[in-house]
Amino acid sequence: MIETVLQLSLLLLAVAMIGLIYRLVKGPTIPDRVIALDAMGVNLVSITAVLSMLLGTSNYLDVILLIGILAFIGTIAFAKFLEKGEVIEHDRDQ
Amino acid sequence: MSLLHWAILAPFIMAIFVPFLRKKAASIHTGWFVLILPVVLFGTFLQYLPVTTNNDSVMQTASWIPSLGINFTVYMDGLSLLFALLISGIGSLVVLYSIYYLSKTKESLHHFYVYLLMFMGSMLGVVLSDNVIMLYMFWEFTSISSFLLIAYWYDRERSRYGALKSMLITVFGGLMMLGGFLVLSIMGNTFSIRELAAQATELNEHPLFLLAMILVLLGAFTKSAQFPFYIWLPDAMEAPTPVSAYLHSATMVKAGIYLVARFSPIFAFSGYWFWIVGTVGLFTMVWASFNAVKQTDLKGILAFSTVSQLGLIMSLLGIGAASLHFDSLDDNLFTTAVIAAIFHLINHATFKGSLFMVVGIIDHETGTRDIRKLGGLMSFMPITFTLSVIGAFSMAGLPPFNGFLSKEMFFLSMVQLMELNLFNIDTWAVLFPVLAWVGSVFTFIYSMIIVFKVFTGKFQPEKLEKKPHEAPVGMLISPIILALLVVVFGLFPNLLSYSLIQPAAAAIVPSIIPPGEQLYVNIYFWHGINAELLMTIGVVAVGILLYKFMPKWVRVYEYFPGKITLNQFYNAGLYAAERGSNAITNAYMTGFIRTYLVYIFAFFIAALGFTMWAKDAFRYDASAVAPIGLYEGCLIIVLLAATLTILMAKSRLTSIISLGAVGYTVSLFFVIFRAPDLALTQLVIETVSTALFLLCFYHLPKLSRHAEKRRFQAGNAIIAAGVGIIVTLLGISAHSSKFFASINEYYIENTYEKAGGENMVNVILVDFRGFDTLFEIAVLSVAALGIYGLIKLRLEKGGETNENK
Repeated sequence: MIETVLQLSLLLLAVAMIGLIYRLVKGPTIPDRVIALDAMGVNLVSITAVLSMLLGTSNYLDVILLIGILAFIGTIAFAKFLEKGEVIEHDRDQ
Repeated sequence: MSLLHWAILAPFIMAIFVPFLRKKAASIHTGWFVLILPVVLFGTFLQYLPVTTNNDSVMQTASWIPSLGINFTVYMDGLSLLFALLISGIGSLVVLYSIYYLSKTKESLHHFYVYLLMFMGSMLGVVLSDNVIMLYMFWEFTSISSFLLIAYWYDRERSRYGALKSMLITVFGGLMMLGGFLVLSIMGNTFSIRELAAQATELNEHPLFLLAMILVLLGAFTKSAQFPFYIWLPDAMEAPTPVSAYLHSATMVKAGIYLVARFSPIFAFSGYWFWIVGTVGLFTMVWASFNAVKQTDLKGILAFSTVSQLGLIMSLLGIGAASLHFDSLDDNLFTTAVIAAIFHLINHATFKGSLFMVVGIIDHETGTRDIRKLGGLMSFMPITFTLSVIGAFSMAGLPPFNGFLSKEMFFLSMVQLMELNLFNIDTWAVLFPVLAWVGSVFTFIYSMIIVFKVFTGKFQPEKLEKKPHEAPVGMLISPIILALLVVVFGLFPNLLSYSLIQPAAAAIVPSIIPPGEQLYVNIYFWHGINAELLMTIGVVAVGILLYKFMPKWVRVYEYFPGKITLNQFYNAGLYAAERGSNAITNAYMTGFIRTYLVYIFAFFIAALGFTMWAKDAFRYDASAVAPIGLYEGCLIIVLLAATLTILMAKSRLTSIISLGAVGYTVSLFFVIFRAPDLALTQLVIETVSTALFLLCFYHLPKLSRHAEKRRFQAGNAIIAAGVGIIVTLLGISAHSSKFFASINEYYIENTYEKAGGENMVNVILVDFRGFDTLFEIAVLSVAALGIYGLIKLRLEKGGETNENK
């Protein structure tokens, strides 16, 4: 029973992923795409969690944490790039 | 190492000391020190005379690379001794002559003598080697040292041109010859010439025999300036005159003759040998003597005459072989022809050496070698005149000089050849003596030009740079000795017949001599009135007539346009080769990485596709495929969509975001396929590289400029699709054909047992296969250092600001 539910939720999450990729491809603006990527990161967290339940392992908890951090860092980097035109400002050490 | 080995090596050793002699004893002409060596060598070689006269030989071996059968084996028989004596004897005379010819102060003498000694040593090596590889090594040494000597005055353009030309042609021949030697050694399974000659009969029936023969002959023909390879020799006349006298008349150009003679025991039984060597030699003789007449430079005349005389010797060596091939002939023809060849070889070395030295004297004392400017020098230079008369008359084949005798024997061989029943048509055989006779007429004419255009006629002081006078005594010694030899050999030819000629002839084809006997050699002046004497009389008569009426018929040469000469072919060929290779290189080396990638990928597709097709390597076996879930299908769609977005994106930023999506999805696949470590690493790396892409973006000129959609190119699409298909097919085939079980059982069992870890991936990385990890770390360090270096260096160069600010 639980296995069917998990499979079903995986399928739903995958469909959600397709919806996100539609947004990513379609745009129309860059921020739309960045947000799509960020949401994909969150989606990845969910899929990984469901998968680790399905596989009966706790080895993916690190991955879940890491995705959370990286999706955040990635989005911040994009946001800063869109805002300031560069990720790491050069002038600071000069 | 025996005495003979040291005799070959001595010039090389001496060459090392020459620069020191030049420096330490600057007041004495370096040539005096050098002179000692060839004289000593000549004396050494003379000691072998009694050995070879008895048809004995000396063979000594020193190991060089014994495991490959390459040994420094020297072999001294009649033929080798004859050449060794020529090399050391004329070498001594040339060194003596050069002492007076080359200025002590103006010339870089140490270069000259180093090159000359190198040449002498390598030439001795050529004639004394029994091992074909050693022979080839010394052969190339002669090419190189000759190249250096021709370009001795390297600041002159003509010298460099001549040196390059001779180098290209002789090295081409040398390489062909190496090929011939290798084929021979494969056939006979030995590098030794003597052992090859011992199996001559078996070699003759070998299918590769003809190939080996043609390759070896190419080497001999290029070195000996036979048609059509003679073209380098006239241009080699830019060398100093002692070099011309030594290399280009007496020694190096005879290396090819030596080669033909030395390999006669192996090849001469073949009919091809007779045809190739005989006809090429005879044609060269006629062609070169015809061309010699139109030359205006004295050295040019001598160069063409050298070519012509070499052709004569070569044709004699080839024609002699006829008696071995056609059973109907008796061996007398062989004897006559080979003895004539050897006798003429000696004669040519003497008279041509002296003539070159005479020309050098004329050049030295008048400042020109152009016969149009010279004339009437008889009263100024009586000794030189006498020498040139002796040399030129001997060359023309007049009695009482030695050239007369060998020319008579040449005619005799040609006449004897008429007994040959080629194709059952006697008229063809008549061509040989007729051609020989025509060549001799032209030889007579140019010999007369050398003497009479220079020494008689009107004296034209206004055209000369210097006031002519007789040469210094030292300069005259060498040509006088050579001219004396011309007369002595002419009057007493039998001095040579059993001491040098008979052993050398016996070495050329030993099989013809019954054991315990000697060839019958008797050279004498008066044969009675016979065909060859009449031919000589005809040569003289027609030659005098033609010489007298030369202005009337010399216009004949204008009918030979300069455009179709062989030199033009050589130059045009060289030019075309350069142009052609340039064009080819420019055609495919476009400078665009795009083009090169197309080549690489196209080759990748072609090679793998062809292999797969030719080996019928494609396999499909679905038995080992795992079931695919629905959500996995959805993720594949995501991956495809993201990948297509990268390709179709209008702006780069979209591409980068899509690339991030691809990376994340891939990490998800790692999760699905149960690889947590890979998933972790993939996520981090993906994020970092996305950040890096963004970093790079900052430095790109303007987004909008590159933002337009990339043009679609059918070629690229085909290549990309091809690579994708090929790799996919490969992957399917590889997955479908597993031949043995994986070794992962070992790791599963031993990760904890032997390595004390539970994470198998990490244990493999740092324990079982830690060595790879070490160098991955090294790669990352190098990359980091490289990036640091790139950034730092660029900032330093650009100063405070970087280039975009």
